[in-house]
Amino acid sequence: MTTPPTTFDGRAWRPCLACLAGALGLLAVVAASFAYLSVSWGGLVSGESMRLMGRFVTEFFPPDLSGSFLARTAEASLQTLAVSSIGTLLAALVAMPLALPASGRFGRLGRAASRLLLNVLRSVPELVWATLMVLAAGLGPMAGTLALAVHTAGVLGRLFGETLENLPPTAERALREAGAGPVVAFGYANLPLAAPQWLGYALYRWEMNIRMAAVLGFVGAGGLGQMLYFHLSLFQQAQAMTVLLAMFVLVVGVDAASGWLRQRLAPARS
Amino acid sequence: MAFTLSGCGLVHANGHRALEQVTLAAAQGERLAVIGASGAGKTTLLRVLGASLKPGEGEVELLGSAPWRLAPVPLKRLRARIGTIHQQPPIPLRLRVVTAVLAGRLGQWPLWRAIASLVYPADMAGAQAALAQLGLADRLFDRCDRLSGGQLQRVGIARVLYQQPALMLADEPVSSLDPTLADQTLAALVAASERDGATLVASLHAVDLALKWFPRIVGMRSGRVVFDLPASRVTPQMLSALYASEGGVPPVHGAGQHAHDTVATSPALQPAHL
Amino acid sequence: MTTALASPSSALARDPAWSARVGGFIAFGVVMWPLLAWSEFRPWLLFDLQSLAAMRGFLAGFLPPSTAPDFLALLARSTLETLAMATAGMALAFVLAAPLAFVATRALSISRIGPGPGVWRAIIVRQSARFMLTVLRAVPEVVWALVLVRALGLGPGAGVLALGIAYGGLLGKVYSEILESTDTQPARALLEAGSGRLAALLYGLVPGAAQELASYTVYRWECAVRASVVMGFVGAGGLGQLMDQSMKMLNGGEASAILLTFLALVLLADGISAALRRALA
Repeated sequence: MTTPPTTFDGRAWRPCLACLAGALGLLAVVAASFAYLSVSWGGLVSGESMRLMGRFVTEFFPPDLSGSFLARTAEASLQTLAVSSIGTLLAALVAMPLALPASGRFGRLGRAASRLLLNVLRSVPELVWATLMVLAAGLGPMAGTLALAVHTAGVLGRLFGETLENLPPTAERALREAGAGPVVAFGYANLPLAAPQWLGYALYRWEMNIRMAAVLGFVGAGGLGQMLYFHLSLFQQAQAMTVLLAMFVLVVGVDAASGWLRQRLAPARS
Repeated sequence: MAFTLSGCGLVHANGHRALEQVTLAAAQGERLAVIGASGAGKTTLLRVLGASLKPGEGEVELLGSAPWRLAPVPLKRLRARIGTIHQQPPIPLRLRVVTAVLAGRLGQWPLWRAIASLVYPADMAGAQAALAQLGLADRLFDRCDRLSGGQLQRVGIARVLYQQPALMLADEPVSSLDPTLADQTLAALVAASERDGATLVASLHAVDLALKWFPRIVGMRSGRVVFDLPASRVTPQMLSALYASEGGVPPVHGAGQHAHDTVATSPALQPAHL
Repeated sequence: MTTALASPSSALARDPAWSARVGGFIAFGVVMWPLLAWSEFRPWLLFDLQSLAAMRGFLAGFLPPSTAPDFLALLARSTLETLAMATAGMALAFVLAAPLAFVATRALSISRIGPGPGVWRAIIVRQSARFMLTVLRAVPEVVWALVLVRALGLGPGAGVLALGIAYGGLLGKVYSEILESTDTQPARALLEAGSGRLAALLYGLVPGAAQELASYTVYRWECAVRASVVMGFVGAGGLGQLMDQSMKMLNGGEASAILLTFLALVLLADGISAALRRALA
């Protein structure tokens, strides 16, 4: 004798008014959004524009694989990789001291102030930071590095602080009660406990940042992004395709490296 | 005097009274065991003796100073002279054994030495000597998460041995060890206290071990000191009165909480003449 | 009582972890050196007098934020445009993601019961759907936006399409993961009783997973608002395009006004998202 499936509970089906109202509301909002944008959607899918789109797309293939262009693409890839790596590293170094007040070690005022700073840093998107940094540091990859560092510091600072807050206090308390000072107690008790999680967060952000580093070039921060912007502006789709492929390879490579590093340095306890 | 408690009382934040009118004193170099049923207040007593809990009532004097009247720096120095062995070792598991043991002297080392020791252990020989007293010398460079519960507990003891405090407080230091190892570990603790002239106060759940290793027994029930006698003067009647809440049967190490040996029949529970 | 415990080993060697640590440090340095070179990292340049003066001039222009009425009207319109772009883009993403997730999820596979006939064909179809989702996800939405702006011209249309494509892949992957991680027993029971896959989805999987699916969708909408601003920088309209124009004209007052509006918008979206997720729970 098999038991009946658990989804049927035997009650008569009653229309859920709240759900209905919610669904209608959602549809209304979506429709209003499309309407507000006053894009001529009809014109977009007309035969003429479809043909133009089709031609636009085919111009991407085959990608430009000539030796000299590949060399330039490789150079730009290394630059993008460097920007994402140094940016993430800087961010982690800045986030660690910010995480201490953010976890409440220096009182409520310190916590509120540091959290406010971290929130501002991470709310502003990397691209906006990059635009600002280009003005400060000039065109080129350093602007991208600084932009990533500043934004990611906000993200990592909050994550690091939350890790510290969630640590069990027994280890540090035992050391303090045995006469150790606050710095030393932190280093011997909290740091070893927090370090694996911190490392995991930083490596995860590195994976995110390689995608962002490619994009920051759009506003002049060098690397693959700047190349892509340049060639697309000149409607050189074949070159742009090569750059897009390089971006893809870079992202896959960094994802793999990050996973390997996480395995080696912070393996999950069995 | 190593410590003097006069009329100490403590009520926890949740309203539970943990200590009531506790008066206890010990000379430097004495060894005493604190016994009693679960919830009798043994851990709270040790925490008061370790200057980590301030009693609401009464006076505390540790190693010649009143800890709660000291400025922060002298208090820190006082704490560095008191070593506590916790029931659950408060050691981050990713640390290596050598670092965990060396942490015992963090209260005595200057900042730069403590930081440097994280990079390269400052006194490996000293750490190894401490571990050797507990049979763990060969685990010096292992990570703590590779140790069993009993081994980790012994590393916590090694940390305090390395600290070489003037006052050693042990909260159920052998609860995770089998009877033979428990015996040997207590022997090592007692030997260390004899060698360094340190006062040793241990709370033990197993009465047989307490009677065997400690010349002075303090019995606690419901936060009060019920008796404070030389081990030879502790009678089975006093013990069963002490453990009335656990069925009147004093626990024996290795036999679990509900020992079937009665006080009258078990030879292990006759007070030993040391 | 003798203590028959192990005696210490003879002649302590060095810390065995030391050589590994030194090696790791050296490897770190070897990797860092070229990275620093490639990224042209010269932080001292920030502090040379010329760029400091330029920065100071620019920052001075930030305050006070511009409050000219016609600019404020433009600001309001751009904000609405950004919100509309995010919502429309998410709708498009959902339309793309739902069928792909439906095809890609293993929990709705009839051929796996048994396994029955058509196992290989089903696997190929499922893997192609998964591959499609991966490809859509691999390219950041900003890149899609850049390409589509070249194809469709400036304006939010490119942004909506870019969001739809990139987030479609993202939503599809997460939807199929959610569907596979909830209790798949009810769906499987329905499939074994001969129901079609769509019915099994609606009656078997969705009731259990609905809350998580909706919660993630709302969270992504919040991200879409931020992404819409970013896409504006490459010409997809909204607050981003406005800010890009203001920055290019070095109008610090307008830029700071837009930045403040953006922060307020993010806060608003965050609040709406949290409220909706609480209501759904």
